[in-house]
Amino acid sequence: MNIINIEHIAKIYQVGSEEVHALRDVSLKIDKNEYVAIMGPSGSGKSTLMNVLGCLDTPTKGLYDFSGTNVSQMNDNELAAIRNREIGFVFQTFNLLARSDALHNVELPLIYAGVSSSERKDRARLALEQVGLSDRMHHKPNELSGGQRQRVAIARALVTQPSIILADEPTGNLDTKTGEDIMALFNDIFELGNTIILVTHEEYIAEHAARIIRLRDGLIENDEIVTKRYLPKKNGASK
Amino acid sequence: MNNYLFELKEGLLISLRAIRANKARTILTTLGIVIGIASVVLMSTAIRGIDNAFQTGVASLGSDNLYIDKWQWFNNDIPWWEMRNRRNLSLAEYKKYKDLAKLPVATAPTVWSNQTVKYRERSVEFIILQGTNEDYIKTTNLSFSEGRFFNEIESNGGREVVVLGSEVAKKLFPRGGALDQFVKIKGHKFKIVGVLSEQGSWVMGNFNPDNQAFLPIQNVFKYFQSENLRSVTFNVRAENSSMVEAVKEEAVGIMRRIRGLKYNEINDFSINQQEALLKTINQTIGVIQIAGLFITGLSLFVGAIGIMNIMFVSVKERTREIGIRKAIGAKRRAILGQFISESAIICLIGGMIGLVIAIILSLVINQFLPTSVDANAFILAIVISILTGILSGFAPAYTAAKLDPVEALRYE
Repeated sequence: MNIINIEHIAKIYQVGSEEVHALRDVSLKIDKNEYVAIMGPSGSGKSTLMNVLGCLDTPTKGLYDFSGTNVSQMNDNELAAIRNREIGFVFQTFNLLARSDALHNVELPLIYAGVSSSERKDRARLALEQVGLSDRMHHKPNELSGGQRQRVAIARALVTQPSIILADEPTGNLDTKTGEDIMALFNDIFELGNTIILVTHEEYIAEHAARIIRLRDGLIENDEIVTKRYLPKKNGASK
Repeated sequence: MNNYLFELKEGLLISLRAIRANKARTILTTLGIVIGIASVVLMSTAIRGIDNAFQTGVASLGSDNLYIDKWQWFNNDIPWWEMRNRRNLSLAEYKKYKDLAKLPVATAPTVWSNQTVKYRERSVEFIILQGTNEDYIKTTNLSFSEGRFFNEIESNGGREVVVLGSEVAKKLFPRGGALDQFVKIKGHKFKIVGVLSEQGSWVMGNFNPDNQAFLPIQNVFKYFQSENLRSVTFNVRAENSSMVEAVKEEAVGIMRRIRGLKYNEINDFSINQQEALLKTINQTIGVIQIAGLFITGLSLFVGAIGIMNIMFVSVKERTREIGIRKAIGAKRRAILGQFISESAIICLIGGMIGLVIAIILSLVINQFLPTSVDANAFILAIVISILTGILSGFAPAYTAAKLDPVEALRYE
C-alpha cells in the first residue's frame, strides 16, 4: 500500500497577469518506510512539490491520495488535521517558537491533537530523549546550538508518530559536521521503520536517501534507486 | 463540549505565555482600556450617586404629601399662560379649606420670598423665606437641633420669630449659639426660636430646608410681599400613602366649592404630588445616563481601537509563529481562539486596573457626592472589558486564522 500516490499534479500560480507553472505534470508513488530525496535546482518546483506533499497547499490539478484519502480537494481545517496526525515537518530554519522551551515546542503538535497535558509532557520527553536532548528540555531555542535546535524540531516531528517525516533542507543552516550528525539521526529514524522525504539541493545530502527524485521545470526528470547509499557512521547521538 | 473546553483552556494558556513574554507592551496597550473602564465605572457610580441623592431629596418631600397650588409643578399638558390667568390662592381660601377638609392629618399654608438674612456683619444672600403657620412642621419630617418651631400664638399673632435651616444657622453663627439671637431681614428684627437639624440633600439646592428660614406667614405679607400678589400653596399631609388619593379627591371637591366652580368649568388650581417630581427627575437622570454612557463609551471605544491596533501588529509580528502552528496542525479555530483570548485577557487586565483606579477615585469623589463602587460595577467592568477584548480582537484574530501556512512560514 502506498502512503503517497499523486497522479498528474499541476500547480499554477497567478503572478500579476502571468501564469507560473510551478508544477506541470507530476506523478509519483511513495511506499511505507521509504527514504526519498527530492532534488532540483531553484525554480524546479521542489518547494511547491514539498508544500503539496506536506498538505500545506493543494494542487491546481490532479489527484493526491494520502494513505487512501483523497486530500487534493480538502479545505484548510481538514488539511490541518492531516498535517497534525500524519506529517512531521523539519525545516531548514528549524521554525521553533522562540519564547518557549524545548519541551513546550515538542508538545505543540499534541496540543492541537487534543492530547491531555500530562500525556503530552510524557510523550514530548520521550521524543526529546530519542534525539539525545533529555538534558536540554527546559532550554529555549536561543540557548541551544543549531544542531540542538534541529534535534528539537525533529523531536517535534516525531512526537505525533506521523506517517511521513518531511524534511526541507534540514542541514541547510548547519555546518558540515553538525549536518552529518543530523543526517545520522535521520538514518536511525528511517531504520526504525519511518518514511522520510528529504528535500535538498545538495548531492551528498541526497545520497543519504535510498531513492532520489530529480525535478526540473515542474517535471520529474529522473527517479532512481540509490545503488551506493551513503551511510553515516553511528555517532551515538541517538539510541 | 469537552473538546471546546480543552481548546479554550489551551488557547488561554497559549495567550498567557504570549502576554507574559510581552509584559511592557501589554501594560502600555491596556492603558486605553484602563482609562475606558475607569471612566465607565466612575460614570455609572456617579450617575447612581446622583440618582440616589435625587431620590432621597424627593423622598424628603414626603410621599404622603400633596401641594394645592395655582401652578402645576411638572407639567406638559396645561399651557403656562392658562395657569398664570388663574386666580391666586389666598390665605382666606386656605382657612376655608382647613375647616372643611376632614381627611388630612395636617395642613399648612406656605408662601415664600427671597430675602437676605443678616446677623451683625454676617449675612446669607437671597435665601428662601417660607411664610407658614405652626402646623407646617406636622406636614414635614423636619427635626430640630435646638429650639422648636413657632407655635400657634406666635403664628396667629404674627410675632417676629424665625426658624433657621441648618446651613443658614451655620453661616450666620459659625460657632453656634443661634438660639434667642436676633437676625435682621430687610431691616426688621426676628428672634430665632429654633434651628433645624441637617436634613437634606444637596440636589434640592435652595429648596433644601437646610438653606431656608421659616416664619409666620403674616410677617411675609406684612414685611416682604403684598398679599394679593402672591398665591399661597397649601401643604397637605395624608395619614399614609394609601390615603393620598382620597385626600386628593376631597381636596378637589372642597376647592371647587370654595372657588365656586360650575360643573362645566375646569379646575383653576392644581394638586401636586411628589410622583410628578420623580417623573421629571427620572427623565433628567435618563438623559444624564445616556449622555454619560455615550461619552465614556467613546473613551472605551478609543481604547478598543488601541487594542485592535496592537493585536494587528502582534499578528503581523508573529506571522511566522502562526505559520509554524498551522503547519503542525493548528486549525483556524485554534488560531482564532488564541488571539481572541489574548486580547480578552489583555483587556481584562486593563479592566481590573481601571476598576482599582475607579475605586480609588470614587473615594475622592465620595467627599462631594456620596457614592461607592459596588458589586454591580465590578461585574460590569469584568463583562465590558472581556467583551471589548473579544470584539476588538476579532478582526486581527480572523486575519491570523486565515493566513496561508506556506506564506506565513516564508515570512521574514
